[in-house]
Amino acid sequence: MAVCIAVIAKENYPLYIRSTPTENELKFHYMVHTSLDVVDEKISAMGKALVDQRELYLGLLYPTEDYKVYGYVTNSKVKFVMVVDSSNTALRDNEIRSMFRKLHNSYTDVMCNPFYNPGDRIQSSRAFDNMVTSMMIQVC
Amino acid sequence: MSPTQWDFPVELCCRPMAFVTLTGLDVVYNAVHRAVWDAFCANRRADRVPISFKVLPGDHEYPKCRPKRTSYEWYIPKGILKTGWMNKHLNLVPALVVVFYELDWDEPQWKEKQSECATRVEIVRQSLQGRNTKVAVVLIQKKTPLPPGEDVIASERAAALCNACELSGKSLFVLPHTDHLVGYIIRLENAFYEHAQTYYYTEIRRVKSHKEFLNKTTHQLLFVRHQFKIAFFSELKQDTQNALKNYRTAYNLVHELRAHETNILEIKTMAGFINYKICRLCFQHNTPLDAIAQFRKHIDLCKKKIGSAELSFEHDAWMSKQFQAFGDLFDEAIKLGLTAIQTQNPGFYYQQAAYYAQERKQLAKTLCNHEASVMYPNPDPLETQTGVLDFYGQRSWRQGILSFDLSDPEKEKVGILAIQLKERNVVHSEIIITLLSNAVAQFKKYKCPRMKSHLMVQMGEEYYYAKDYTKALKLLDYVMCDYRSEGWWTLLTSVLTTALKCSYLMAQLKDYITYSLELLGRASTLKDDQKSRIEKNLINVLMNESPDPEPDCDILAVKTAQKLWADRISLAGSNIFTIGVQDFVPFVQCKAKFHAPSFHVDVPVQFDIYLKADCPHPIRFSKLCVSFNNQEYNQFCVIEEASKANEVLENLTQGKMCLVPGKTRKLLFKFVAKTEDVGKKIEITSVDLALGNETGRCVVLNWQGGGGDAASSQEALQAARSFKRRPKLPDNEVHWDSIIIQASTMIISRVPNISVHLLHEPPALTNEMYCLVVTVQSHEKTQIRDVKLTAGLKPGQDANLTQKTHVTLHGTELCDESYPALLTDIPVGDLHPGEQLEKMLYVRCGTVGSRMFLVYVSYLINTTVEEKEIVCKCHKDETVTIETVFPFDVAVKFVSTKFEHLERVYADIPFLLMTDLLSASPWALTIVSSELQLAPSMTTVDQLESQVDNVILQTGESASECFCLQCPSLGNIEGGVATGHYIISWKRTSAMENIPIITTVITLPHVIVENIPLHVNADLPSFGRVRESLPVKYHLQNKTDLVQDVEISVEPSDAFMFSGLKQIRLRILPGTEQEMLYNFYPLMAGYQQLPSLNINLLRFPNFTNQLLRRFIPTSIFVKPQGRLMDDTSIAAA
Repeated sequence: MAVCIAVIAKENYPLYIRSTPTENELKFHYMVHTSLDVVDEKISAMGKALVDQRELYLGLLYPTEDYKVYGYVTNSKVKFVMVVDSSNTALRDNEIRSMFRKLHNSYTDVMCNPFYNPGDRIQSSRAFDNMVTSMMIQVC
Repeated sequence: MSPTQWDFPVELCCRPMAFVTLTGLDVVYNAVHRAVWDAFCANRRADRVPISFKVLPGDHEYPKCRPKRTSYEWYIPKGILKTGWMNKHLNLVPALVVVFYELDWDEPQWKEKQSECATRVEIVRQSLQGRNTKVAVVLIQKKTPLPPGEDVIASERAAALCNACELSGKSLFVLPHTDHLVGYIIRLENAFYEHAQTYYYTEIRRVKSHKEFLNKTTHQLLFVRHQFKIAFFSELKQDTQNALKNYRTAYNLVHELRAHETNILEIKTMAGFINYKICRLCFQHNTPLDAIAQFRKHIDLCKKKIGSAELSFEHDAWMSKQFQAFGDLFDEAIKLGLTAIQTQNPGFYYQQAAYYAQERKQLAKTLCNHEASVMYPNPDPLETQTGVLDFYGQRSWRQGILSFDLSDPEKEKVGILAIQLKERNVVHSEIIITLLSNAVAQFKKYKCPRMKSHLMVQMGEEYYYAKDYTKALKLLDYVMCDYRSEGWWTLLTSVLTTALKCSYLMAQLKDYITYSLELLGRASTLKDDQKSRIEKNLINVLMNESPDPEPDCDILAVKTAQKLWADRISLAGSNIFTIGVQDFVPFVQCKAKFHAPSFHVDVPVQFDIYLKADCPHPIRFSKLCVSFNNQEYNQFCVIEEASKANEVLENLTQGKMCLVPGKTRKLLFKFVAKTEDVGKKIEITSVDLALGNETGRCVVLNWQGGGGDAASSQEALQAARSFKRRPKLPDNEVHWDSIIIQASTMIISRVPNISVHLLHEPPALTNEMYCLVVTVQSHEKTQIRDVKLTAGLKPGQDANLTQKTHVTLHGTELCDESYPALLTDIPVGDLHPGEQLEKMLYVRCGTVGSRMFLVYVSYLINTTVEEKEIVCKCHKDETVTIETVFPFDVAVKFVSTKFEHLERVYADIPFLLMTDLLSASPWALTIVSSELQLAPSMTTVDQLESQVDNVILQTGESASECFCLQCPSLGNIEGGVATGHYIISWKRTSAMENIPIITTVITLPHVIVENIPLHVNADLPSFGRVRESLPVKYHLQNKTDLVQDVEISVEPSDAFMFSGLKQIRLRILPGTEQEMLYNFYPLMAGYQQLPSLNINLLRFPNFTNQLLRRFIPTSIFVKPQGRLMDDTSIAAA
């Protein structure tokens, strides 16, 4: 399960960030922000690829000592970043991929809400919140 | 920085090279020896064999070799690796000792020299007792040696010398001191290298041979030691593959050791050394992935081996060093050609090293916070007799003790205390900053701007901890805009908080205010209580007082800062700070909006300044001023606290200078635009809002243009996209997001209050003086002055039109080329209210087509705006499109006297010219007169009198004239003969008397004139009567200079009987005429065909009857016989 999940706008400002409350929130913000370097690079590298063949999942962005950061980018250049504890070896690539897909679906639902203004921070979507909570590490 | 405990020893980090000592060389006094030594040392490039040379005296004492152990049974090792061992084999114990000796083969005193050489070798051997070090002899000779085998003496003596020195032939070398010194030296070197390799090979064998004596229980340490030694010797032998293999085994063995708190440092130290060697060799073998994998494994294995809790900072220091060393190795490999990528570059290792250094600092802070009274223990437990440790990674106060139980807990305590006190003196920040800046350099290289920013924040924070606030601020300031531009407000707030602390501690007023402004703003994610505190501080600062210290600051630093602030207060100086806000997000937002995109000059220009504060408490501002591109307006748009009852303000309620958080404050401004600015744009160039007053401190927030800061453009975009319905607000309140900045407006002239009418009768006729009546009526309340009229062709049309259009005010005379197309500024005078004036304009259009005409009326009027009298210039224009057409069409045709159409005319034979004037004008035309001006070649047959004088033509009517003309023979002229001109004088029937008559000249077409050989004309009555004789006379004229033979025949007709010559052949002389007389007798009434006359000219076969028939009549009308007359006529018959 993830320790931090973030949705980043096309212009690279955060739309949504949630991290486990037990740890320093700022640390994860920095981590997500720095991971955008790799996301940018990957997006520019695949810019030439055909649209329909494009893989949205970007894979492992970069490993740190304690965490693994994964990325995903939608066709409208909205980025999803997920931070996972390095010690959590149970999570394989496929699981991460399906988590991202779930996140993407949920984000699409948020976008479909006529009261949501694209580009605004996602603040009042309970469904999205619950979905993120279900993917985060449970802290009792 | 001096090497610390954690730095790897030099001998570990260097590349091991075979160690060879050279003896018997006097490099100080002997030039030859010096040259030899230089050749060995100089230019040691990669292509030379890896040997480190050292010159030593012949009697140098080498380290003693300990006696060989026959059994390890009772031997208990005291540690893993002795600290001196690597250095010993790199720099002290040679693989080969070379004895240089000057001796030529033909030396006269051979015997003596030989024995001296043998003695020298013997001395060397003595000092190397017990070691396997090789000995070699080099004879320095003056003569060039002969090829091998030729010099018998040489080979004899060489054998003898070898014998005397107990050397094998392979260890004796000759070095002729000739020109090719370097070449000889390189050959020597290679030979030395072989010897050295053999030496290290035997050393490896020797160490390996110990293995069988060892047992797993007591000699665990020795397993590691021996494996390390084998690997190290392999490296000296330059056998890196085997070295790597052996290091790997050694690494595994280290981790098999029983670890305990007492020896964990030793194990980690050795593991670190071996790991370093492995990674280094992997990079050297160009297998970076192996190196990374090994390093990861190493870290994973050692991460948890913290050891003594009281000294846990040591573990972090060690971890930090591991990462740093790996980063260095990685970086070095990149310099040698390895390519790194964004996600795998040395920067990550430096970053991690910095992270551990930070951890170390944290732990040191908690573990080493002893009272100042705690003294450093005496005697120093960290002191050893030799000054160095015997074994790597052991504690100085219990060296060589392997027991896991602490024999002397008191001593242990003192030792730990000593280490802790030493740690307290370490400048951690310096270490951290160095590592971070290394990382920054790397991430910059691998396109990671955000990572770079993050590290710079950390550096800034570290500088803050190190109390270097200037540097801290510089770094933080640099990265702030990155976070701001990307909208990461949490990160920005965190950076700003640190920056605020720095600026507080330095008492940097302007920075302090700037950061406070932004931390109070909407981009800040601080809690309200924090914001309240900052706001309170800010207000204090503006009142020229000291702010409260920032939380979590060092107490000592706060004391210094308070003193600085106190100084600032007493210090007089500029206390006005102007801060441009477009680069950050302050807590007051501003938007300027003109009420309209344009204003008439006679109404006041109005605009609103909207202000909104985001801080937690209401705040007063002292002054607001707006600047314009025309600075004269600035004075009208100022609000100051002092100024009372300023009427330009709409909000006269008290507290107009007070901004309530979250509420939008609207300030209305009005001013009267200058009349000179009509047609210009008025732009707000800046809005200045002053907080605080000039007696205390004053901050001027400066918005460029009509407001907006670093975050507002994105917000405006979002607001524009949103379809959210905004809740209804009470009147005179507005939603901040719905306000759109409008920072400029146009000043346009006053709306004219006059009417302009044009009266005319379109279309215009070509060349006529077309009359255009302009009626101007004033609807103004007061008199208007200086009315001017500009009329004519509207500029900007086809240039040809300008030349073919002329305008005048006088219709009585025709205007010519000299008249302009546009009459400008015709003064018309003044007009009283309601008064009307008329002006006639005459336009003459020389070509057909449509034209745009402009009538522009301008005038001056006095008016008052806001009790200010101004003179306004107003204008009104009218345009009209007028079509110009030809008044009539003139058709001209040539016909024969029989009114038959003629293609060409015949010389000397009369013909008719017919003109047809078809009126195309929708208005009635009066043809005043017409005139035919003939060309000289044409002659008239009768009078040329106009037949259409004073004829009035309505639309579609036409007037025709007919003239009988004749053209003499002129020979053959190409294109025909000019006929002349047809001149028509005309005017509109409706035109006034004094309007001049227009004359239109029409050039008549040319006509082709042809000569004919024979002209026939007939004399006959205009009609006949049945049964009455009809005499017809034909005249045949010869028009040529030749005698003509003519055949004439008359064909009979049913309607006539006739008498006369039916068929005849005759001759006509040139220029003469022949008459033929016939008497026709009509038989039938009606329009009857005459008996046709056929003429055949023998000389001119082209002359046909067709042509002939154009001249002579072919039919005649025959009247019936009268009753009364009948009898008489019968009687006559």
